[in-house]
Amino acid sequence: MAGEFGNPEVIEEDVDILLIGGGMACCGAGYEIMRWIDAAKGAGTDISVKLVDKAAMDRSGAVAQGLSAINTYIGTEQDPADYARMVSNDLMGITRDDLTYDLGRHVDESVHLFEEWGLPIWKTDENGERHDGSKGLPPLAEGGKPVRSGKWQIMINGESYKWIVAEAAKKALGVDNIEERIFIVKLINDKNDPSRVAGAIGFSTRDHKVVIYKFKACLLAAGGCVNLFRPRSVGEGQGRAWYPVWNAGSTYAMAAEAGAELTLMENRFVPTRFKDGYGPVGAWFLLFKAKATNAYGENYMERNAEMLNDYPPYGQAAVPASCLRNHLMLKEMKEGRGPIYMDTVTALATLRESLSPREVKHLEAEAWEDFLDMCIGQCGIWVGENIEPEKKNSELMPTEPYLLGSHSGCCGIWVSGPTDVGAPTEETEAGVPDHLPSGWNWGYRSMTTVSGLFTAGDGVGASGHKFSSGSHAEGRLCAKSMVKYVMDNQDYQPEFAESVDDLVAEIYQPVKTFLEHKDYTTAIDINPHYITPKMLQFRLQKIMDEYVAGVATYYNTNGHMLDVAEEKLGMLKEDAVKMRANDLHELLRAWENYHRILTAEAHMKHIQFRKESRYPGFYYRTDYNLVDEENWHCFVNSVYDKETKQWTCFKRAHVDLVDKSKLFK
Amino acid sequence: MPTFVRTDKCDGCKGQDKTACMYICPHDLMKLDKDGSETGHAMKAFNQEPEQCWECYSCVKICPQQAIEARHYADIVPLGGSVQPLRGSDSIMWTIKFRNGNIKRFKFPIRTTPEGSIDPYAGKPEADLSKIEESGFFVQSNGYRAGDPSELIAR
Ligand SMILES: Cc1cc2nc3c(=O)[nH]c(=O)nc-3n(C[C@H](O)[C@H](O)[C@H](O)COP(=O)(O)OP(=O)(O)OC[C@H]3O[C@@H](n4cnc5c(N)ncnc54)[C@H](O)[C@@H]3O)c2cc1C
Ligand code: SF4
Ligand code: SF4
Repeated sequence: MAGEFGNPEVIEEDVDILLIGGGMACCGAGYEIMRWIDAAKGAGTDISVKLVDKAAMDRSGAVAQGLSAINTYIGTEQDPADYARMVSNDLMGITRDDLTYDLGRHVDESVHLFEEWGLPIWKTDENGERHDGSKGLPPLAEGGKPVRSGKWQIMINGESYKWIVAEAAKKALGVDNIEERIFIVKLINDKNDPSRVAGAIGFSTRDHKVVIYKFKACLLAAGGCVNLFRPRSVGEGQGRAWYPVWNAGSTYAMAAEAGAELTLMENRFVPTRFKDGYGPVGAWFLLFKAKATNAYGENYMERNAEMLNDYPPYGQAAVPASCLRNHLMLKEMKEGRGPIYMDTVTALATLRESLSPREVKHLEAEAWEDFLDMCIGQCGIWVGENIEPEKKNSELMPTEPYLLGSHSGCCGIWVSGPTDVGAPTEETEAGVPDHLPSGWNWGYRSMTTVSGLFTAGDGVGASGHKFSSGSHAEGRLCAKSMVKYVMDNQDYQPEFAESVDDLVAEIYQPVKTFLEHKDYTTAIDINPHYITPKMLQFRLQKIMDEYVAGVATYYNTNGHMLDVAEEKLGMLKEDAVKMRANDLHELLRAWENYHRILTAEAHMKHIQFRKESRYPGFYYRTDYNLVDEENWHCFVNSVYDKETKQWTCFKRAHVDLVDKSKLFK
Repeated sequence: MPTFVRTDKCDGCKGQDKTACMYICPHDLMKLDKDGSETGHAMKAFNQEPEQCWECYSCVKICPQQAIEARHYADIVPLGGSVQPLRGSDSIMWTIKFRNGNIKRFKFPIRTTPEGSIDPYAGKPEADLSKIEESGFFVQSNGYRAGDPSELIAR
C-alpha cells in the first residue's frame, strides 16, 4: 500500500548497524566500516549496514557549501599532546584529554585520504611561495608542505569538500545501503534491557511513509543545534545564522531521550564573525594578520589585556580562550565604543608592502575565496554595501549562541574513550547516578552510556576543535568499534520497548491534529487546537534569548531568570504535542523544533546547575560571575528521564592526562 | 539572501520526478509547483521558505538551467549586488557585481580528480580483524601520529 497524507505506509527494516546523518562523521564511518565488515564476513559474521540522512549527502551538514580550511591537521611537527593542550585551554580547562589526544593521533589519516580523493590542498613550495591545491605539488602524505593559516589549520580550495567526501562514502557503502530524505525522530530502547538501544523511527520527507529500523548498533551523528536562540536578524535574514540552519539538535535530543548521559551542555559557542553575513574571520586574523578594533581604532585585545588576568591560567596562554576574546570585545560594545571593526584596510596595505603585484592579486582572490568557499552570504553583504576590503573596513559582531561539539564548543554526549592513554577508571565525585559507568572508558570506543549507541563529530562532548577532519576521523573510530560490538553481540535479538503502532501514531500526530482541526477557523494558522512549528520556534527563541543569556541581555542570566525559563520551557514542551503539520515539510519542521526544545532545556538545566561563569564572553551568570576553580573545575553531566520528563544534573571529576602548564611557560 | 527561480529559465527539470534543486537543498526548501497552484507558474520550482535559506548556493550551483539566483536579504542588504557562480567539473567561476556596478571575476579549483572517479579501496589493504581493538584505521596513509609517550602523565 502506498501511503497518503495522514495515512502513511509503515516500513520496518532489520539492519545490524544504522548510521544516522550523512555529514562528515557518518561519511567517515561509511568509508571505514565496509572494510571491517568484509573482515568480519571472512571470519563468518555477516553484518548489514544502512545510512539515512535527512538531506542529500553531497551537500548535507555543516560542510554543505564547502570550507576554505581544514581546521585540524596535526602534521609531523606537533604532538597529539600539543593538540590536547590547545583544546583544553580554549575550552577553559575542562575537556577530556583522552578523547582529544586520541583524535590528534588519528585525524591526519583522514586529511590524507581527502587529498587522495581530489580535495585541493594549498602548498608551500621550496621557495616559500604559496600555491593553490590544483598545482600538482607533492601530497601531504608524501611530505608536501601545507599552507598553515594557524598552528592547526591548513588552507584548501574547498568548494566541493563535502561532495568529494560523500562520493567516497557513497561508493564505499553502496547506494543500496543509503536512503536520503529520511528524518529520524526517536531512538527506541530495548524491551528487555532499557539501557540498550534497539531501533530508530523516522519518516520520509518525500513520500508518505514512516520507517522503523531495528538494529544492534547505531551511530547517531546528526550535527549540533542552531536556532534555539533568537537570531539577530528576524526577517528574511533569519536563515543566515552562522551555524547551518538545518542541524536542529537531533543528536542531543534523541540521545537524551534514549537515556544517554550528556556532558557540558552548558558549553555554547558564540562566534565573533563579520556582522550580518557571519563570514569567517580565521583567515583574516591568522593569514592576513588583521586586527580587530573598536570604533576609535583601538585594539581592544591590547586595551583590555588586563582583563585576562581575572581568569588565570586560561587568559595567559599565547592564544587566550575564544570566550575570553569575546569577553574583551563585549566590554567595548557595552561601554559604547562600538561598532567593532576588522581592520582589513591596514592588513592588506601592510601585506602589499612585502609582496609582488602577482602575489597581491592572488591575495585579493584569497580574501574573496575565503567567503565564496564557505559563506557566500557574506559576499552578498559586501557587494550590496560596496565593501572592498582593501578600501573599507567591515564590522564584527558576536552571534546568537549555538550548541555543538566539534568546533569551538564542546557540549555533547559522554562517550567511552581509549584505554591506552591513562584515563581514569574510577569516579571521585559523589552523586553520579548508580546505573552509569564510572571512569572514562567502558568497553567500546565512542559508545555512549547507552549500550549499542555510538556518536561522533558534534555528538561527542568534552572534546571540541575536531572540525571537519576530526569529525570524519571520529566517525571512522566508531565504525571499528560498532563492528566489534556487533560481532560480540551476535546472539542479541533486539526487541522494542514501545509498540510500533503507538510510535507511528506519535510521529504522525501533527498531521492528524491538522486534519482534525483545520476547518475550525477561517484562518488556517490561527487555531486554538494547534500551534504551527514556526510559532513554536519563535516562542522557544524568545524564551532562550530573554532568559537564558541570549543577545537580548548581552549573554547575561541569573538563577531567577533561569527559573522563569524553566517554567516557560516546561509549558512549551507540553504544547509541542499540539504542533500541527499541513504537509511533510511542516512535519519536518515540527520534529526539528521538538529536538530543539529538548536541547534548549538541557542547555538551560546545565547553566542552572553550574554555579559559576566558566565561559565569560559566551555567557555570564551574574549571580556567580567568576570562574570558580575550587568548586567547578569539573564536568557537568546529565541524564533525562523520558517518562517523568525530568533532567538530573551531576558533577564528574576532571583529570589532566597531559601537562597543561607547558602552555604558560 | 534567499534564492529565487527565474520563470524564463526553469524548465522544472523536464518533468522528472525529482528536480535537481529539490534533490540538493539541505533544508528542504526548493519545491516544484506542479500545477501552478502555489505560484501561478506550473512546473517551475520555488523557494518555499525564503527566510530559512542559508544561502548555501547548493541549488544555485546544481541547477542545469542556471535558473536560480539569489537576491540578498531585503531586511539587511541594499539592493543591486549579485554573486553568481558557474560550477564546472574541476573549477568554479564567480561573477561578483557590486551595487555601484563594479564587477569582479574569480576562478577557483574545486577538485583535482574527475568527478565520480573515486575508487575508495583501490590499492588499499584488507582490514586486519586481529587489530580491531588497537589504535589506528584499517589503512595507514602516513598520517597516524603515535605521539611522544612521555607526554602522557598517567600512562
Ligand atoms: C559555519 C561553520 C564553519 C566551519 N568551518 C570549518 C572550517 O573552516 N574547517 C573545518 O575543518 N571545519 C569547519 N567547521 C566544522 C565542521 O563543519 C564540523 O566539525 C563537521 O561538519 C561536523 O560533522 P558532523 O558529522 O558531526 O555534522 P554535520 O557534518 O553537520 O552532519 C550532520 C548530518 O546529520 C544530518 N541530520 C541532521 N538531523 C538529522 C535527523 N534527525 N535525521 C537524519 N539526518 C539528520 C544532516 O543532514 C547532516 O548530514 C565549520 C562548521 C560550521 C558550522
Ligand atoms: S533545478 Fe533549476 S531547472 Fe530544475 S526545477 Fe530547479 S530551478 Fe527549475
Ligand atoms: S541556497 Fe541552500 S538553503 Fe537556500 S534554497 Fe538553495 S540549497 Fe536551499
